[in-house]
Order: sequence, then C-alpha cells, then structure tokens
Amino acid sequence: MTAFSAIHEEHESDKEDFTPGVEPQPTWCPGCGDFAVLKALKGAMPELGRSPEEVMLVTGIGCSGKLSSYFESYGYHSIHGRALPIARASKLANPGLEVVAAGGDGDGYGIGANHFMHTARENHDMTYIVFNNEIFGLTKGQTSPTSPKGHKSKTQPSGSAKDPVRPLTLSLASGASYIARTAATNPRQAQQIIAEAIEHDGFAHIDFLTQCPTWNKDAKEYVPYTDVQEEYDFDKTDRREAADMMYEAETKLYEGEVLTGRFFREENRPSYGQEKRSTGEMPEDPLAERYYDDDDGFERVADHLIERHK
Amino acid sequence: MTGSELKWRIAGGSGDGIDSTSQNFAKALMRAGLDVFTHRHYPSRIRGGHTYVEVRAQPDDVRSRGDGFDFLLSLGDSFARNPDDEAYYGEEELKPLYEHFDDLNEGGVIVYDSGLIDDEAVEEINLYERAEENNWHVYPVDLRGLAREHGREVMRNTAGVGVSAALLGVDTSYFEELMQEVMGGDIAEANIETLNAAYEQAAEFDHTHDLEVPKGDHDSEQALVTGSDGIAYAALDSGCRFISGYPMTPWTDVFTIMSQNLPHFGGIAEQVEDEIAAASLAIGASHTGVKAMSGSSGGGFALMSEPLGLAEMTETPVVLIEAMRAGPSTGMPTKPEQADLEHVLYTSQGDSCRVVFAPGNPQEAYEQTRKAFEYAYDYHIPAIVLYDQKLGGEMRSVPAEFFDREPDSDPGAVLTEDELSEAAHDAAGKFKRYSHDGEDGVVPRSVPGQEGGRFLATGNESQEVGHISEDPDNRKHQMDRRMEKLTSIREDLNAGDDSNQAFHGPADADYGILVWGSQQDTVFEAVDRLNARGSSVKALGVSDMMPYPESEVTAFLESVEECLVVEMNATAQFRGLTQKELGRFGPKMTSLLKYDGEPFEPSEIVEGFEATVEETDLPGGNMELRPAAGD
Ligand SMILES: Cc1ncc(C[n+]2csc(CCOP(=O)(O)OP(=O)(O)O)c2C)c(N)n1
Ligand code: SF4
Ligand SMILES: [Mg+2]
Repeated sequence: MTAFSAIHEEHESDKEDFTPGVEPQPTWCPGCGDFAVLKALKGAMPELGRSPEEVMLVTGIGCSGKLSSYFESYGYHSIHGRALPIARASKLANPGLEVVAAGGDGDGYGIGANHFMHTARENHDMTYIVFNNEIFGLTKGQTSPTSPKGHKSKTQPSGSAKDPVRPLTLSLASGASYIARTAATNPRQAQQIIAEAIEHDGFAHIDFLTQCPTWNKDAKEYVPYTDVQEEYDFDKTDRREAADMMYEAETKLYEGEVLTGRFFREENRPSYGQEKRSTGEMPEDPLAERYYDDDDGFERVADHLIERHK
Repeated sequence: MTGSELKWRIAGGSGDGIDSTSQNFAKALMRAGLDVFTHRHYPSRIRGGHTYVEVRAQPDDVRSRGDGFDFLLSLGDSFARNPDDEAYYGEEELKPLYEHFDDLNEGGVIVYDSGLIDDEAVEEINLYERAEENNWHVYPVDLRGLAREHGREVMRNTAGVGVSAALLGVDTSYFEELMQEVMGGDIAEANIETLNAAYEQAAEFDHTHDLEVPKGDHDSEQALVTGSDGIAYAALDSGCRFISGYPMTPWTDVFTIMSQNLPHFGGIAEQVEDEIAAASLAIGASHTGVKAMSGSSGGGFALMSEPLGLAEMTETPVVLIEAMRAGPSTGMPTKPEQADLEHVLYTSQGDSCRVVFAPGNPQEAYEQTRKAFEYAYDYHIPAIVLYDQKLGGEMRSVPAEFFDREPDSDPGAVLTEDELSEAAHDAAGKFKRYSHDGEDGVVPRSVPGQEGGRFLATGNESQEVGHISEDPDNRKHQMDRRMEKLTSIREDLNAGDDSNQAFHGPADADYGILVWGSQQDTVFEAVDRLNARGSSVKALGVSDMMPYPESEVTAFLESVEECLVVEMNATAQFRGLTQKELGRFGPKMTSLLKYDGEPFEPSEIVEGFEATVEETDLPGGNMELRPAAGD
C-alpha cells in the first residue's frame, strides 16, 4: 500500500485529462505564443503515460506563470523568479513525481537567474520551460533580459544599451544536461521536445520562443524557423560543438533567423538524486512516503545524540 | 566567593583551542556534580583574533554568566606573532592577559603562560601593580615549556587546565576520562601526560588564594547543551527530515547540527545558493508532504521575506529559525542583540499571519521548537523560532533525561486518499483545498501524488480549489479564515498546561520585570538577588510573540505597581509590541535597554531596577532607561 497511488499506477490518459473541466479559460491575448506551450505540454503528458496527479507543475509570475492555472495537475503558482527552488525541493521530497517548472524570460533569466544557474548545476531530474517572448508581458511591455539591444520600451525609452542574455549558452555553462529551443510556431517539434525533456534523466531546459503580439510589436512571429538537426552538421553530445551551435542560434535570432531544435544532451551524467543517494545523503525510498507509512519508526534524538553531551 | 561558585575564564588566540578546552573543562565540572554555564566571546575572524570562554559552576541552577569572573587562565595569543614582522602585531599577544583585568573580581586568580609572555611584557602592563590593588593572586607558569616537554606545543591549553585543576582542587580524573573519549590514542596519552605534569608542578606552589571549586551532586546524569542543540534536536524529534539553508553567523550552528545528523536520520540537508532559495526549498518540500525547515540570521532572513509571505498565502507549513545578531546590515556578526523582533513579526507584504516563539534557554528552545512544528503542521502556517547569538552559543548542563522524548512523525492536517475521496471537490474533480469551511481556519490538505487531491496553490488570492480570484466576498472569507488560525492557536496555547511564558519570584511582589528571549534567566537571577536584599519583585519571561499572550501579560502587569522591561535593542521593540497588543499600561512600563553587543549581567538588572524604583542614578556603562511614551 502506498499513500501516493497516482504515482505508482500505469495510466492511460489523454489531452483532455490535463484540461481543467470547469474553469478557468485561458486569459492570454489572442495570438499569444503561450497557448502553444500549454498545448504541447498537454500533448506530451499522455504520450508518456503520465496522469495529472503524478505531475507537479510549478510556475513563476508573469503571463507565462498562468500555465499552472490552465493545466490540470498538482500546481504551484509561486512568486516571481522562485519556481525552480520550490520545484527542485518537491523532486527531492518525492522523486516519484514528474516535476515541471515554467516561467517567463524575466522570471528565469532575470530575477530568478541565480536559481536557474544552480538548479542546472545540480542536474535535478526535472524539466524547465522558459517562455521566451523577449519582453515583460504581464507588467505591460518593459524590456526583458532577452530583449534585443536597442529595444525601446517605456522603461528604456532610448533603446536598451544592453546585450541580451544568451540563454542556451548560459544553460550549458551552468550544467544543464538537456538543452533545446523550440517555438510556438512549431507545435509538432515543441511537443516532441517537451516529451524528450521529460523523459531525460536530468535537468532539461527548454527555451520556448513565445511571441507576444500585444507588447512586442516588432517581435517576429518566430517564422520561418530552421531545425538545426536538419540544416546543420554538429554533434549535440559534444560540448564544444554544442556551444558553437548555440552561439550561432542566439546571434541569428536577433538577425531574424529562428534556429530551433536540440542543442545539447549529456546522457550518462547522474542526476542530483542519484549523486546524493550515492553519497548517502538521501534516502533510497521517497522521503515523503515515510510520513504516511505507519510502520516507519522515526529515529529518536535520545538514542543517538545525547550520549556525546554527557 | 569560596565554596559557592566558580567563574573560570580561559583566554587566548582564536587558534589556541579555547573552545574545545573550555568545553572539556565545563564537562569535567558537570561530571563532578556541578551545574555549569558557559559564555563564549569571539571576534568575527578565524585566527589571530583574541577570544575567551567563561565557565560558571555552582552546586545548583546556574542561570547566567554572572558578574565578572574569578579565575583567569591566559594563554596569551600564540598566533599573534608573525616571525617575519614582529612589530606589526605589536602587543597583540598580551591582550588575552591585560584585556581581562577590568572584569576580574577582587581576590581573583591569574595564571598566565610565562613561556610566551616574558617578565618585561608583564612589567609593561603593570600586572603586579594591578594585582596588588585588587588582591589578585598571580601564578606565572611556563605552559609552553610543559607542553613541549610532555606533549606538543599546542597542548599549552591542556597544561593550563592541569594548573587550574591543582589550584582549584579539581580531580584530574575527569579530564583524563574526557581526553580519552574525545581524542584517543597517542594524542590522548600526550595530553594526559601534560595535564598531570602541570598539575604536579602547580600542586607544589605556595597557594596564596582561597578560591576553590564548590562541591555539588546531581540527582541524575547531565548533558551539556546549547540553545542551538535544543532547536536542532527538537526539529529532529519533531520528524523534521529536510533542511535548506545558507551559512550565516550565528544561525550556522543549527544548520550545521542538522546537516551533520539528517543523513543518519534518513533525511535531506541542502546548502543552496541564497536564502530566497533556502526558504523556497523548505516550502517546496513541505508542500510535497515532508516536515521541513529553514532559517538564517537577520540579513538572510530579510531575503526570506517574500517566500515567507508565500507560505502564509498558500498555507504551506514551514518552520523558520531566526538567529539575531547586532544590526543593522552586517552590524556586529558575532554579537547578540534583540533588534529583529519587529522584522520577524511583520516582514513580507500584507497582514502577517505567522507564529513566533522566542525561547529563553536551551530547554525552552527545545520545547518551543517542538511546538513550532506542531502548530505549523496542524494549522498550515509558518512558525518562527527567534533567538540570538547568546542563547545559540552558551552551553548549559541539563538533566539528560530531559531529552527522553518520543519523536513525532505526524504530518499534521493531511487527508488520506480514502478521506480525499469523501472530501469536497469542484465539478471538474479538483479538491477544495481552500474550502471556506475550514474548522479553526484550517482545511486539511492533500499532498502531490495522492489520488483525488489535485489543486492549485498560489500566492494570489484564490477561491476554494485554488484558482485566482479577486471576488470581494471570497477575499473577505479567505482572509478571515486564514487569520482565524491565530485566534485558534492562541486558544490552544492558553488551554495547554505548559505555558511558554516563564514566571519567577514571589507571586505577590509589588514590582515586576518583563523580559523576553535570551535575557530571561539573567533577569531571574537578578530577581533572586533583589528579593534577598529586601525588594519585592517578580519577573515574567515572555516567549509567545505572535499570537501574543494577552491574558498572561495583562494579569502580570495588573498585579504590579511598576514594571521594568528589559531587552537588548535601542527602540524598546517588545515594550512597543506589548503596548500595541494590550492598549494600556504605558505609564507603568520603563525600559532598560542595552545594544552595545554585550548581554546584560545580573548586577546591571539590579542597578536598572534600583534606578527605576528607588530613583537612584544609573551607574556608568552602556545601559539606558527609557520611560514609556505618555508617562
Ligand atoms: C518580486 C517581484 N518583482 C516584480 C514583480 C512584477 N512582475 C510580475 S511579472 C513580471 C515580469 C514578467 O515578465 P516575464 O517573466 O518575462 O513573464 P511574461 O509575462 O513575459 O510571461 C514582473 C516584473 C513581481 N510580481 N514580483
Ligand atoms: S501580454 Fe503578451 S505574453 Fe501576455 S498574454 Fe498577452 S500576448 Fe501573451
Ligand atoms: Mg517574458
């Protein structure tokens, strides 16, 4: 008997299972790229045989953060920039859960960038989707960390003097073990990449290009796109070649060319959970289960720690 | 001073083993049947800074470090001398000797390492002149020479202990036993040889002092523990199996104890990138069904502000620890202060809805940390244990059987899958985790992975299944339900027979002293002295900061003519809280404040009381008296 039967059962589910039955309807603007992320995620989950109650979806704050409202699962709509530390603790507490974190480019590459770097470094077995619309959507169109140099907004009236963040390169340098970029305009690839990322045993980062027609007027619709697996010859398991390919894709984006696909994959690197178990710093069985198992006797301080104080 | 108590101080460089030596000294006296208390002073540096530890021992209840001290073992500072540039360090190595003159009581004893400090140096600091004025007894001993001959140079501290034992009449077998337990092998042998050689040498001295160790006898076996031990052990016994943190003095002690023990208790410890992450991880783990904690000191706790509010809003149980040090900003990292009270009570946007306990000694630290976990998990609310560098670091002897407790693996108000199948859901099958109908404000929760329990947790205001809602009626309902928890918790606390408030003194006394946190037991010692000399005074040590113990404090204040409020900050934060909560008694309360980084000594409380009640002048020093506004 397990206390978490949603986790251990085989499931047959379909897209509709991941759609909230009564409310709410997504309030994203018509034409918003965020719809594509929701659709791809809903498509990928049944493909992998997951059920809503074994999924823990943690989101940040932004238009993107609303994902957890429109996706049926255990959800945690947290605070701006902090989805990753909440999500990774959830994975540590119960490794049986399918943990997905998501948020905007401001959320993940700006205010939460420190967590992005460290969660990637630790290589938690989870998926992180960044809705990259190159803008602060929810707060009405301010320049974001991925806005192109020269981008004008109400808070950068003369145009941004900053070079944008290179999210793929940052991810590689930080230690993510699966890195991909896809676009709202490419739903088939998006769903495949999300499914792959979830299957990957380590930190999988997807930079998801999501157009914001409302605030990013000069934003491209992210068409036409090129799949790097088809048009470029590089080995995504080779760090140096991956780095070059990322650099090219990041640069080209600001020249109007959208390069998507799988950029990096490290197969044999143990996940953080595996590393921690191998050093004896994490229990073999899911920690959360201990609390719901009546036979689990908890250790007593009196039996182990008081002798040394006498 | 003979017979009733001993206050022994060891001083040296930060690398001279002062901590371990004093700990062994305290333990030896404890095993010999005495109650002990240690006070640790250290600068915020690893080496080269000068440090000291005091051990106070009495046949019964030691409540504070006391006033001044009686016996100085000065090792000098062996790390002060840079062989390449002696001049640079100047007289640094002498500081562990002359800097202690001001606090050494009349008739006291000084032992110093004459192997390090020569006659010329002693001349320079007028040691013998001062000794004559104060009737001190000075014993120069070549501790370095003894250590070199019988062990190794680093065993100067052990040699000093041997000399102390001979001069004070302590049986060395306690030290030998400890050395064997702690060190073992050749090292223990060398230390024991050094100890005994030093003892024999000093036993031959012509003893001019009349100070000796008091005799005591315990009813039961004792354990030497700190406030940090009390907090960490309570967390472990509460079934806490997850901690996330980032080092910051003085919270690091609790973080370290937990990190070292959690793997053996089947749990997980995480040192993370910053305190925002630290609090967020604890929230994530707790949401997922594990009992979890985090903590920090002032600056790190400031970073936890937003996650703390998230826990309040999402009703995620979590226990946070705040170890105060002198602020603002980096302030004085290794000095205690009680100036984060308002910070901890109110930080984060919106109306605060949290539990805050401020224990007064290691036992209270244990009891109240256990209660923090109970309330956090039963009521889905953040609970904070607020303490300071003084309580965290000082060691006390406590009956070992105090820790003979049962662990608590109960995750609190959580439904099983069976119960979930009966619980309220919306039309689409989402669980009403935030139902309007919570009892005492609490809606039992589900945990991710449970069938039939899915819901949305959000920092936004939300309706019953967690969807974002700005409907005014829903808002009012949810706010009132969350705030109701504080009322229910107060009722629970009042109903229990183990109040967190500690009372001391004659019940019918005319005057009162209110105190909170680490200064409590010092005040209790002062109360005993005041009554012994004919004053009529009692004290209440308050620990419940939120929800505030209105009835207990009201009864106390009503029963006294005048009340002194003792705290270590400049703005009388606890008195302010009391006035805000009770709405009266302003003219009755006078604050005795101190914020120079040094805790109160009992004699200072006595002086403060006399200045208030008998209207004498406050003697020199860094204390301040401040009458309440409107007085
Ligand atoms: C600590 C904090 N600072 C600022 C905000 C206001 N805020 C909400 S969303 C957001 C930026 C949103 O941009 P992004 O993360 O790119 O998400 P998007 O809306 O574009 O999906 C900001 C600045 C906040 N909620 N919290
Ligand atoms: S503001 Fe932009 S990002 Fe937000 S919902 Fe509208 S289109 Fe999408
Ligand atoms: Mg954005």
